[in-house]
Amino acid sequence: MVSASQTEELVEFDVRTDEMLINMGPQHPSTHGVLRLLLRTDGEIIFGVESHLGYLHRCAEKIGENLTPVQWVPYTDRMDYLAGMNMNLGMALAVEKLLGLHLPQKAIVLRVLIAELNRVASHLVGMGAYGLDLGTFSPFLYAFREREIILDLFEEVCGARLTYSYITVGGVTHDLPACITIPPGLAALTGRDPKMTLSWIDACTMFLDWLEKRISEYHTLLTRNHIFIKRTAGMGLISSEKAVSYGCTGPVLRGSGVDWDLRRDGDPFYTKMYQGFDFKVPVAPFPEAPREVVLGDNWCRFYVRMLEVVEAIKLVRQAMAKYPTAEGAYRVPHKMSTKLPKDEVYLETECPRGAMGFYFVGNGDSKPYRARAKSSSFCNLSIAEELCEGVFLADVPAIVGSLDIVMGEIDR
Amino acid sequence: MTPQQIHELLVETFKDSIESANLESLEPHIQVKSAAIADVCRFLKSDHRLQMTHLNNLCGVDYLDPKTGVGRVEVVYHMQSYPLRHRICIKAALPRLGDGPNGLPTCPTVSNVWDVANWHEREAFDLVGVHFEGHPKLTRILCDEGWEGHPLRKDYIFPTHYQGVRAN
Repeated sequence: MVSASQTEELVEFDVRTDEMLINMGPQHPSTHGVLRLLLRTDGEIIFGVESHLGYLHRCAEKIGENLTPVQWVPYTDRMDYLAGMNMNLGMALAVEKLLGLHLPQKAIVLRVLIAELNRVASHLVGMGAYGLDLGTFSPFLYAFREREIILDLFEEVCGARLTYSYITVGGVTHDLPACITIPPGLAALTGRDPKMTLSWIDACTMFLDWLEKRISEYHTLLTRNHIFIKRTAGMGLISSEKAVSYGCTGPVLRGSGVDWDLRRDGDPFYTKMYQGFDFKVPVAPFPEAPREVVLGDNWCRFYVRMLEVVEAIKLVRQAMAKYPTAEGAYRVPHKMSTKLPKDEVYLETECPRGAMGFYFVGNGDSKPYRARAKSSSFCNLSIAEELCEGVFLADVPAIVGSLDIVMGEIDR
Repeated sequence: MTPQQIHELLVETFKDSIESANLESLEPHIQVKSAAIADVCRFLKSDHRLQMTHLNNLCGVDYLDPKTGVGRVEVVYHMQSYPLRHRICIKAALPRLGDGPNGLPTCPTVSNVWDVANWHEREAFDLVGVHFEGHPKLTRILCDEGWEGHPLRKDYIFPTHYQGVRAN
């Protein structure tokens, strides 16, 4: 007699029939790039998230071992492509610390100006894309309309809209142009003649005057929006201990209540760039928050970014005021064949998404022995797996979006 | 605390496990025996004089002398303290080949000390080829799961074919 166990022998896979495996695949509008999230769900509730990275891995660190730092600058652009200037700045500062290069005042002021303007542009994308993830289209388009003007201004300075390679070892590559045609978006929005010419500083001032008045629109559309609050407040809670343990930095850390900003508390080689500049560091909790908001939730992180835009605008204005009287050149001569000392350096800078760290090991050659880029989004994303457990499927874009990640930086 | 004081405290607590230190470098670092690295990191995080709450960076560096073929793999830990505002760098030197799976050198994991080390160690395993003992899920993170070899090694040969298709 054939026993039941012989005829019905099944090979059991690790398939749990009470759960559904949903692939929030690499191509997805809400994953901020090519991120694959494998969600194990029971109906609408998520049991576990497994993130798969590496779809945008372009071996930047291996390439960094075969190029001189000046040649590697374009690769840092493409890491966090929404904040290319800040990536360049982090890398350039690390190499300058290794070489012991000190820059003239004008180069420093230009770097602050451009890096903070890029922070505004990057946060506009972060905020707009977050709204888009949650279903609203208008803030996204308004944010991109503003960002268009910033990109036009950057194009006038260095020739590129996204991958600038503007801040390099030794300073910046170009000075601010004295005479530009007004960016078309700015002309349309402020009702000026599209053919008018003005200096870059005047165009930027005109833009900032316009933008400052529009920030309250974003607050009405998103921050104080009843639906937005319902979808973001009280969700994705990160306690301050967890945020520190998971290496979260930037708005994620400050949204959880830890008062740490590298522009004020970081390496002296970096903070001296911001000496003489007056800016506040927004940290949760906020007394003006709606009552549903909890410390460390999505709304807090979003609001930190909104406030950082205001602070960045202040910094740009201060830099523009310092620029005419800043002494020195915008660049010191630096030969590409300069040999790096047999030493190592690790420097972190405050990029819009967090603390981006560059670790260079020199061994006497002009090419670094090891070029490591520690990405802020990489650490910020590592907490998403734990955050998304037990939430509804629809909350996953809200949580991942609030971390404001860029896959280019995560995968390098 | 200055790096000098941190080094003295570590030597006092761990004695022989602290091999050497280079405190004159731009990034003062302390060499620690790889077997003791998890205990040292736990001490660095929990001791009230140190309180290294934040792990800035964890990466592997492959040192290989091309002429002699002699080398080592170092795992580098950069950490800092938010409450006490000091930083230090710890390094663990490992042989390039060891008795881990696939002949990789082994190093204890610190993912139970800092949660962020989980993904950083996966990346170090993936790119530099260090097996972290005790890691909850040591799989490749950036390269494809079926990838062979560890790209950031100095003797890595780029494959010409991938899964049968010519790629180089």
